[in-house]
Amino acid sequence: MLHNLTIGELAEHLATGRLSSVELTRHFLARIERLNPALNALITLTADEALATAAAADRRLAAGESGPLIGIPLIHKDIFCTDGVRTSCGSRMLDNFIAPYDATVVARLKAAGAVMLGKANMDEFAMGSSNETSYYGPVKNPWDTAKVPGGSSGGSAAAMAARFASFTTGTDTGGSIRQPAALTGVTGVKPTYGRVSRFGLVAFASSLDQAGVFARSAADAATVLKAMAGFDPLDSTSVDTPVPDYPALLDAPLKGMKIGLLREFFDGLEARAAALIHDALKIYTSLGASTVEVSLPHLPLSVPTYYVVAPAECSSNLSRFDGVRFGYRCEQPKDLADLYKRSRGEGFGAEVKRRIMTGTYVLSAGYFDAYYLKAQKVRRLITDDFRAAFLKVDLLIGPTTPTPAFDIGAKIDDPVTMYLNDIYTIGANLAGLPGLSLPCGFVDGLPMGLQLMGPHFSEAKLLNAAHQFQQMTDWHNRTARGYE
Amino acid sequence: MNVSLFCALARTFRILMSLTRQDVEKIAHLARLSITVEEMPVYVASLSSIVDFVDELSRAETGGVEPMAHPLEGQHQRLRPDAVSETDHREKYQANAPSVQAGLYVVPRVIE
Repeated sequence: MLHNLTIGELAEHLATGRLSSVELTRHFLARIERLNPALNALITLTADEALATAAAADRRLAAGESGPLIGIPLIHKDIFCTDGVRTSCGSRMLDNFIAPYDATVVARLKAAGAVMLGKANMDEFAMGSSNETSYYGPVKNPWDTAKVPGGSSGGSAAAMAARFASFTTGTDTGGSIRQPAALTGVTGVKPTYGRVSRFGLVAFASSLDQAGVFARSAADAATVLKAMAGFDPLDSTSVDTPVPDYPALLDAPLKGMKIGLLREFFDGLEARAAALIHDALKIYTSLGASTVEVSLPHLPLSVPTYYVVAPAECSSNLSRFDGVRFGYRCEQPKDLADLYKRSRGEGFGAEVKRRIMTGTYVLSAGYFDAYYLKAQKVRRLITDDFRAAFLKVDLLIGPTTPTPAFDIGAKIDDPVTMYLNDIYTIGANLAGLPGLSLPCGFVDGLPMGLQLMGPHFSEAKLLNAAHQFQQMTDWHNRTARGYE
Repeated sequence: MNVSLFCALARTFRILMSLTRQDVEKIAHLARLSITVEEMPVYVASLSSIVDFVDELSRAETGGVEPMAHPLEGQHQRLRPDAVSETDHREKYQANAPSVQAGLYVVPRVIE
């Protein structure tokens, strides 16, 4: 079936004319129409625009143009601004917001000829680990619709797992690509901070946010990342360093690679989950890599550090939503203060308000040193731990999450328990490192993820290591029943 | 004590709250958020549990450690020539505004 072909295979069919992008687009649109009602993975479907873009891609192909993404369908997380298309960020606040320009990621993929099918559901303003905080309702996990798909890019992950597009985009501030990728059995890449432009991405925590990709395999992710990444003068923290040819580097042999096993990631990890990681290590050993145990002593402090730094940045970033220039405005404000307070109080959901208030508290006079400054110092200690580890090893390996997908409703009333779900992913964001999650087996019939992390700008190595693993295993080719 | 157990106990007995209702009202005002009477106890409990949780940081030894604000240190903010690089999109941008008049954003009367 078309939805199970790789991006490379599809590009070949499109280039030879055996398949048109319009046919491919219709195939995915029909699949979304049939299967999405059970999942709620999309907020907005842009079928007409998609068919017009596909027809334009077909003309480019007919004119002899070639490119790995011309005519390939994708779904964007609804955090990326899309010119002329509603960009809600999963919030009532932006339910009526039509983005007036394209995010750089959107513009680059558009220029590469990819075809946007719609916008994916997500936790409100990317704040959540279960996709239950969306104004548009929770997303269901294709492997079991009573389970969460993870978050915040839960719609993008579920859409990829359900094969609603050839790839989907996401953002990762504390694990929001890797964690849902793990819980839905797909490959997710969070690049180095500064590798992919943040321009046009609705800001949550600006020193942590990074855009990335969900794909069916590391090879597909490599093709997409090459098109997304690169310097952007419109993003003040974009890094001006060349983008490697990721697809060309997938086949490098792993012989001699040193892989670090993170001791802290196994403390309290369930035996069946730990066994999957050890199975993965055996595969890497058989490929010629060597493994050593490493320790990051400050890593257990990453969750409290994150839940000071991220809310602080969130409270600052979200002050732009004032009910004046765009977004939700309350009815009949009696004065300007009332307009601000009620527009924000009614426009934001519970978790967003909780994070804004946490951030306001840790930044307020009298608490700034004890919380915010302290967290920034611990952030350095955690980053230094990673730096020391990468003097000894090429990559770090561990689980992406402590458990497989949990029940919808199980953790939503207890924010701290929900926050602890990000325990393995947050470190990479604090240190700005690239991370990748790939499927490595099942616990209780639900997919689990293997996480790889590397030094800054080591995406090529992560994709290479993930691709070699996927040459030896078929976990990434498994799909949930009903989504074959 | 285990964190989730702590939260459950704190919720059950409404004890050990590190933030008072007055604290949360003040924070909500600083953040310009209206919080309803019904929502307030939930925020007092959950914000207290978050503050208790992040208090774990106080145990870390950070003497002489410089605060870190940016994950890629050594990268400098770029400068660009002070030249016009944008075109006028006022109409397009104002199409998203709740209320505009003659190209201006309309808010309730500020000065009587």
